[in-house]
This record gives sequence, C-alpha cells and structure tokens, in this order.
Amino acid sequence: MNSEIMVEARDLCKNYGTVTALDHVSFSVNKAELFGFIGPDGAGKTTLLRILATMLKPDTGTVRIGEYDAVNDYRKIRNMIGYMPGKFSLYQDLTVEENLQFFAGIFGSTIKDNYYLINDIYDQISPFKNRQAGKLSGGMKQKLALSCAMIHKPDLLLLDEPTTGVDAVSRKEFWEMLRKRKEDGITIIVSTPYMDEAGKCDRVALFQNSKILSTDTPENITANYGSVLFAVRTSNMYTLIHDLKYCPTVRSAHSFGQYIHYTDKEINATMSDIEYYLRGKGHSEIEIRQIDATVEDCFMRLMLND
Amino acid sequence: MRTVLFFIQKEFIQVFRNRAMLPIIFIVPVVQLVILVHAATFEMKNIKLAVVDNDLSTYSRGLTSHFSGSPFFKIRFFSFSMAEADKHLLDGTVDAIIAIPDGFEKNLVNDNRSSLQLIINAINGSTAGLINAYTTGVIAAYSTEINQTKSAITANLIPKKLNMTYTHWYNPELNYKTFMVPGILVLLVTIISFLLSGMNIVREKEIGTIEQINVTPVKKWQFIAGKLIPFWLLALGELAFGLFIGKLLFDIPILGSLWIIFLVASIYIISILAMGLFVSTVTHTQQQAMFISFFIMMIFILMSGLFTAIENMPQWAQWIDKLNPVAYFIRVMRMVMLKGSGIHDIRTEIISLIVISVSLLLLAVFRYRKVS
Repeated sequence: MNSEIMVEARDLCKNYGTVTALDHVSFSVNKAELFGFIGPDGAGKTTLLRILATMLKPDTGTVRIGEYDAVNDYRKIRNMIGYMPGKFSLYQDLTVEENLQFFAGIFGSTIKDNYYLINDIYDQISPFKNRQAGKLSGGMKQKLALSCAMIHKPDLLLLDEPTTGVDAVSRKEFWEMLRKRKEDGITIIVSTPYMDEAGKCDRVALFQNSKILSTDTPENITANYGSVLFAVRTSNMYTLIHDLKYCPTVRSAHSFGQYIHYTDKEINATMSDIEYYLRGKGHSEIEIRQIDATVEDCFMRLMLND
Repeated sequence: MRTVLFFIQKEFIQVFRNRAMLPIIFIVPVVQLVILVHAATFEMKNIKLAVVDNDLSTYSRGLTSHFSGSPFFKIRFFSFSMAEADKHLLDGTVDAIIAIPDGFEKNLVNDNRSSLQLIINAINGSTAGLINAYTTGVIAAYSTEINQTKSAITANLIPKKLNMTYTHWYNPELNYKTFMVPGILVLLVTIISFLLSGMNIVREKEIGTIEQINVTPVKKWQFIAGKLIPFWLLALGELAFGLFIGKLLFDIPILGSLWIIFLVASIYIISILAMGLFVSTVTHTQQQAMFISFFIMMIFILMSGLFTAIENMPQWAQWIDKLNPVAYFIRVMRMVMLKGSGIHDIRTEIISLIVISVSLLLLAVFRYRKVS
C-alpha cells in the first residue's frame, strides 16, 4: 500500500433495512490532506464517517486506515483517530475543562502534552472553562468538541458536519484552524452540507443519494463544468425563473441568491441571445454576466446527469 | 487502570453536580425509614367486635369480659340478633362477630364442651389471620381458666395444669420496628443502586455521549468498571447512612458485626448493579429503563420476604426466590442485626449471593457491546 495514503475505502455498501445509505462507495485520502464530503442531508455522509470511525461495520467492502483494517483492527484505529459526531456528544453537565481533561485522560495523555494543537481554538473558549458544556452556545460547543477530538493528537480527524449551526465568523475561524492542523500533518476528513465550504478543502467528494458523484480538487471540479454559465437578473425575478426554465434551448436554470444561473444547450449561445429572448418575454432592467462555475453549480449539474 | 480512575472521577462529579441527587441520597433514606417503618406494621390494635350473646350466662359473660379486657379488642355492639351483627360486619363497623349460642353454659357444665361461632371479615387475608389468632388465643386462655375452677370445685384438689411460658428470642418485645428496619435498609440500597446504574448508561446512550466514548480505545471492562465502582461506593455509603439513621431514630439492635453486614452488602450490591447495567443494555431511553426497572424491582421486593414470609409462599414461588438476591440480603440483614449471626451461619446466603452476582455481572457484560 502506498505509504502516502491514509484512508482507502473500496466498494463500501451499507443498508438499513430497505434503505440504502452507501452504494458502492470508493475513495482514498492522502496523508495530511483536508478532504471534504459534500452533499445534502441524508446523502449518507454520517454513515460513511461512522464506518471510518469504526463504529459501524459496512455490509460489504473494505476500509483501511493507515496500515489497519477498520473492521479487524478497530482497536488500533481508535487510538489514532479523533471523531467529532454531528450531534454534540460531550458531557453537558461537566465543565469545559472537565470534558477536556476527561477525554485527554482516557487516551492516556494530558491537556498540557498536546495543548499546542488546540491552543488557538481553546483560547477562545477558555474564558468559559468553568461553564458546563450544556450551557455553551452552538459555536462554542463545536470548538470544545473539536478540542476534545484532538486532545490526544490523532493522525486522522473525522469531523461530521462540524460547521452546521455555527455562525459565519466561527465557521471561517474553524476552517482556518483545520488548515493549520493539516499543516501539522494531521489528515482531516470533513463532511458538510455547505457547498461554499468545498473550496477550503484540498479535495472534495460530491455525495448524493448514497453515491460519490465526483472526487477531485475543487478547482478541477469547477474547471470541468463544461458549459458556459450565465448569471441573469431582471426586474421581475419571479417570472424570470419560469421563463428561463421553459426557454426552448435551456439546459439548466437554478436560483442562486439574487441571480439565476443559466446554461444553454447551444454551445455558442451568447448574452445577447438570452437578452433578446427575455425582452420578448417582457423583462426589463436585464443584467446578464458570464461567470465561472462554483462547486454548487457542478453539484447541480452532476445531479441532473445522474 | 488510570482510565478507570478517570471514569470514576467523572461519575462522581456528575452525580454530585446533579441537583436532584444529593436530596435523593440523604433525604430519601430518612423519609423511607421514618414513614415505612411506622406505616408498614402488622401489629393489630383495636379489633372491632360485635358480640351476639344468646346465652346470657355466667360463662358467656366471663368470655365477653375477657375480650373487653384485652387491649387488642374493642367491643362495639352487643346484640341478640345475628342479622343485625351481620349488617355491622357488612358496612364495616366491626371486623368480627362472636356468636355465643343458647345453651353455651349448659353444654359446658354437662358435657364439658361447648362451641361458639367466630365470623371474620377476610377481605384482607393477613388481617383476618391475625384476628383469628388473637381471638383463638383469648378463648383458649378462658377455657384453661374455667377448667381450673371446675376441677378445683369438683375434686377439691390442686388442679393439674400444663403451664406454658414463652419468650420471643431475637426480638423479645416483638417490636415490629426492629423487624422492619433491616428490611427497609435493604430496600433503600436496592433502589439507589438499581436506579443509578440502570439510568446512567442509558442516559449516555440517549444524550449520545456513548458515541464519543465508543471511538476511544477505552475497553469494555474499563467502561463498566468505571460505571459500577462509583455506584457501588455510593450504595455502600447509603447503607452506612441508613444504619446510622436507624440506630439514631429507632435504636435498632445491631448484634452482629458491621463488617459482615458490609461484606455481604458489597457482594449484594454487585448483583443489583449488574441488573441495572443489564436493563441499560436492553433499553434505549431513560423512560424505557425506568419502566423495566420498576417492574423488576417490584417483583423482587414483593417476593423478598420484606412484608410477607417466604415460607408462606407456594413452592414454585419459593424456588423462584432462590434466584432473588433481595431475599437473601434481607435474611442476612435480619440474622446479623437481630440474631448476631456470624459468617458461618450465613454461608449459604453468601455463596448464593456470590453465584447470583457473578452470573448477573457476566450476563450484563456479555450483553453490553461497545461495537454496535
């Protein structure tokens, strides 16, 4: 096995009764890589992370973490991973400091040993270190959970939707912190439903309906979009989306914030073609720009093709 | 081992941080002892009687006066009509009817024997049994008395009699409290250990903290030891506190050695904790665990011999009770506290408790799986 590879999953399947959570999922994550699973709720991200965290056995397929098999050598793996579940799972009735001490303790280390790993986030919550964890705000809870997941200096961090329910500033800080840990040599696997966070990862896997649609760097994913993308805005947004969707040559039209992202089946369709069509439909104050695709655009495209 | 210590420390912090916990630990035992010991009494006083005396003779009046003279009886009605007495029994104004038939004295004098009728309200079987015993006691005493007078008159001799005296060993004053306190203490320790262990692990499941523990290298035995040791210590502390309160409030005798009490208690508590752990492993929410715990505890306690003697139960129930740790511990507590039994006297109970504890613990540990 390539020593540069930290996680290698092959052909993972997992069913809950008749519900399929994972459908032949394969991927690999390099050492010291920041790898993101991006997909909507219910895509199977949590199941996948729980399998990586050795808490769930896949129905078929294999996972290797480092040199260990996730099913047979789960004990060894548990020493080298830090897992942060999507649901806050620390002791609500213990204080911030007690939680951290406890989790350091059961891994046989101390807060002091690995303080350098967590100091930048822990500094932010340390004013509340005597507060019970249940009484922290959402962002604080996430920071504490991350601290607890890292306090034993894991080789691999598994974070299940760490930024869900966290404010924009905290999210930014959170990602900066993850980048720093990656530079320390820790491999990080993150799942998130937010497409805009894809750009912060080294590589992402777009996840939908229990399958990986595409795995690549965010740059390659957007570069491979394959169509000319227009952002359109007019005075009447309500009829605009309808008119674009029923344009005879439409390929896709999705609402993105204040604009409609539009692609045409005709490769050489131009802005003036679209403007002409819209004027015919009675739109005014028409604003059309050609833009670069975002990961979200690619996601929508892949979903359509699926 | 260090990991276990971290768990123990954590559990203690959590237990004592829980605002409901301190009152439960220190107030519940006092309340239980004070209320239950007084309320759960089988002593009968003021049995309400109706007397239907159709004889109205010296002997019949002598018998009646024996009843009115006894502290256990209050004669509410004298009547000649059985129907009237029946009515009183029916509406609950009396507990029992004594019917003395016409010719009671005549038969007694002529034939040396006579009979009378006793009718008891037996809605509550155990009360009825006691009334029967008390009444028969009074009648027997009267019977002996008239025999003596009769033989003294007719033969002018010193009457032959067989005099029986008795003492109640181990509880000479038949003090009901002395009998109840050891049992109530067992109840206390049982409830505390069962609920603490039964609720705790399922709570970690419910809140999701067990997820976080499961991905750590903590081993199964470390987790279980880290859970059970704190509760084991708490339960032993609770027993010590209960014994102290019992001594203080009721001056209960502790004839045997405290060491033996605590030795047996420490084995016993393991069995209860293991049961709690087992309940935890088969349930998913605290509510489910609560219901199952109550169900199990109810059966164990009602069958434990705390309120009713095990010897009176049907044979199959007695066989089931061989598996009931509560029954063993109540027996041991009573034997050691009231009788001063030593290790040798209670060796069967100790061995049984060890077997039960070890099997339950193995069952619970086996059932508890870290990998789901």
